Amino acid sequence: MSGPSTYVPQTGLTRWLDTRLPLVRFAHDTMLSFPTPRNLNFWYAFGAILTFCLGVQIVTGIVLAMHYTPSALVGSIPDSNLAFDSVESIMRDVNYGWLLRYVHANGASMFFLAVYIHMFRGLYYGSYKAPREVLWILGVIIYVLMVLTAFMGYSLVWGNMSFWAVTVITNLFSSLDQVIPHLGSAIATWLWGGFAVGDATLNRFFSLHYLMPFVIAGVVGLHIWALHVPGNNNPLGIDVKGPQDTVPFHPYYTVKDGFYVALFAILFAALVFYAPDLVGDPNNFIPANPVVTPADIVPEWYLRPFYAMLRSIPQQLAGVLVLAGALLTLVFIPWLDSSRVRSNRFRPVMKVFFWVFVADCILLGYCGSEGVDAAWHLGGIELSLVWVARIATAYYYIYFWVLMPLIGLIERPLPLPDSIAKSVLGASAAPAE
Amino acid sequence: MRFALPLGLVLGLALAAPAAAETTPPLKDVHFSFEGPFGTFNRADLQHGFQVYKEVCSACHSLNRVAFHTLSEEGGPSFTDAEMKAIARGYNVPAGPNEQGETTDDKGQPLMRPATPSDHFPPPFANEQAARTANGGALPPDLSLIVKAREGGPQYVYSLITSFGEKPPAGHVVPDGKYYNPYFPGGNISMPQPLTDAQVTFVDGAPNKIADEAYAVVTFLSWAAEPHLEARHRIGLGVMIFLIVLSGLLYLSYRKVWKDTPH
Repeated sequence: MSGPSTYVPQTGLTRWLDTRLPLVRFAHDTMLSFPTPRNLNFWYAFGAILTFCLGVQIVTGIVLAMHYTPSALVGSIPDSNLAFDSVESIMRDVNYGWLLRYVHANGASMFFLAVYIHMFRGLYYGSYKAPREVLWILGVIIYVLMVLTAFMGYSLVWGNMSFWAVTVITNLFSSLDQVIPHLGSAIATWLWGGFAVGDATLNRFFSLHYLMPFVIAGVVGLHIWALHVPGNNNPLGIDVKGPQDTVPFHPYYTVKDGFYVALFAILFAALVFYAPDLVGDPNNFIPANPVVTPADIVPEWYLRPFYAMLRSIPQQLAGVLVLAGALLTLVFIPWLDSSRVRSNRFRPVMKVFFWVFVADCILLGYCGSEGVDAAWHLGGIELSLVWVARIATAYYYIYFWVLMPLIGLIERPLPLPDSIAKSVLGASAAPAE
Repeated sequence: MRFALPLGLVLGLALAAPAAAETTPPLKDVHFSFEGPFGTFNRADLQHGFQVYKEVCSACHSLNRVAFHTLSEEGGPSFTDAEMKAIARGYNVPAGPNEQGETTDDKGQPLMRPATPSDHFPPPFANEQAARTANGGALPPDLSLIVKAREGGPQYVYSLITSFGEKPPAGHVVPDGKYYNPYFPGGNISMPQPLTDAQVTFVDGAPNKIADEAYAVVTFLSWAAEPHLEARHRIGLGVMIFLIVLSGLLYLSYRKVWKDTPH
């Protein structure tokens, strides 16, 4: 991968294998000797944490699928459905089923928490800039696949919030009727497998929900491949200049990532064991009911920023376009940023707007959590949250499409250190200790 | 709403509270033994709560997802096996076709048999229509998950069932067949006051004020909604200790590996 391979097969078997399928060499070069900048901080552990999350979701998900029934039909329990009943059976009858399900359901939240930190870290240190554009775009693809997977996974409970979330989101396609009559409705019917959200919809969502994690795992493979060609970016955002700037991945980053994965697991376990329903919605403990709409239909917390954007636009098709555009924008970031400097550490102006952007995303999430009529009273002035969301949505776009290209041109960055080694070792550049 | 406060603080907007018109009073400040990281169900409360459900709630509310055998399992009301089987036998469930293939008796009534431990609590009404007809058009919800299916959880259910008979605020109209309850959305509920002082005489002679009855039945319904809560807390403690020790060891390894490597 990056640099010549340092692997030397030690046994007859590995020498034989190395000239036929250099699998051990590949593992050695990517996971053991891989030269990694020595100055990676805590925020760089989220790649390992995300790999852990994907593994947890796949393992728990496979076992859950053994006990789950993807059917919206009514079983022996009245006013319910087989999918909801099987989820409750997992919670009550399956050995440790409650544990598997709580880990899987809260695992989705932890996965998104980690991916958002990972993305903000990439934004802050300019990890999307050349030569890592493909790496960044693959990450955006993984994120979009995660959103789709989480959405379909949430539907599988077939509780009342599941049902209405599917209804609201799939109905968004009908806004395409405004462009070509009947196009959107036709797409919605095709997605549903019928003329309404129902058994066929749940069945296909289950099928796709089972498929997607493996697609994600494939793109993660490409993501890591694309990482290993240019190598890691680092908090200084400067290129690695030689071996003095790096350490081998193992043991330096296996142990560091391992420590942070364990810390992350503590937070994960606290949620699973002590507050497993914290981020859930009570309405999803009621079986799907097509004639009773929940008072407020809200997605899980990790999709609420986008939900706030969607809701803030009064015209449905425009809202859908704003939502899709917000995701699509991420693809163009490598070419929107005009700065020569990667890391915001050396960008005094952009750094401020970055933190405003982080706050903006949290604000959008908050707007998406509140009821449609919610408002703030600021010294006698009533400010409806719809307007707050509109302003926040505008800033989201302005940040990428105006500030990123503009500030790179006018900002005067701080002087960059000569090398990672010099920055780490101080001005003397003599080995410390 | 639960994110409102921390986010408001983060954004420096703590003073600008959302202007949602709060018409319901805050939930009653009652604490249950099963709350908190080490919480467990109190066996006496669970058994009393079962008695309240059986003698009061079950007249209208089903408990469809609870099987009789769980009444004697670990982490639950811990009835003895003999007690649990006796409880099950006290209920009749549809018997299915007999050897002649009949599902009804001579009078056209469905064939019934006493319940066994693997049966679930049978519902009080044959179907939704029957339930609505008997309850002035309202459908009494199944109680298996009621504690989880309501914002506020056990505190909400407790507040609701202990807040009947209060005087509605001026201008609040209570239609015929409805009852005022400040915690119910809209303030008018179809359920009449379910509990009164001394409504249930507990078999062990425990205090039976309305607060005692409500506390017991909410404990029982919380167990019904999550029968493995105690196992969750117990295993959670072990997992947390393991992860904290693991983190400590990994931290020491991390320090040792990086000791002579400036970074």
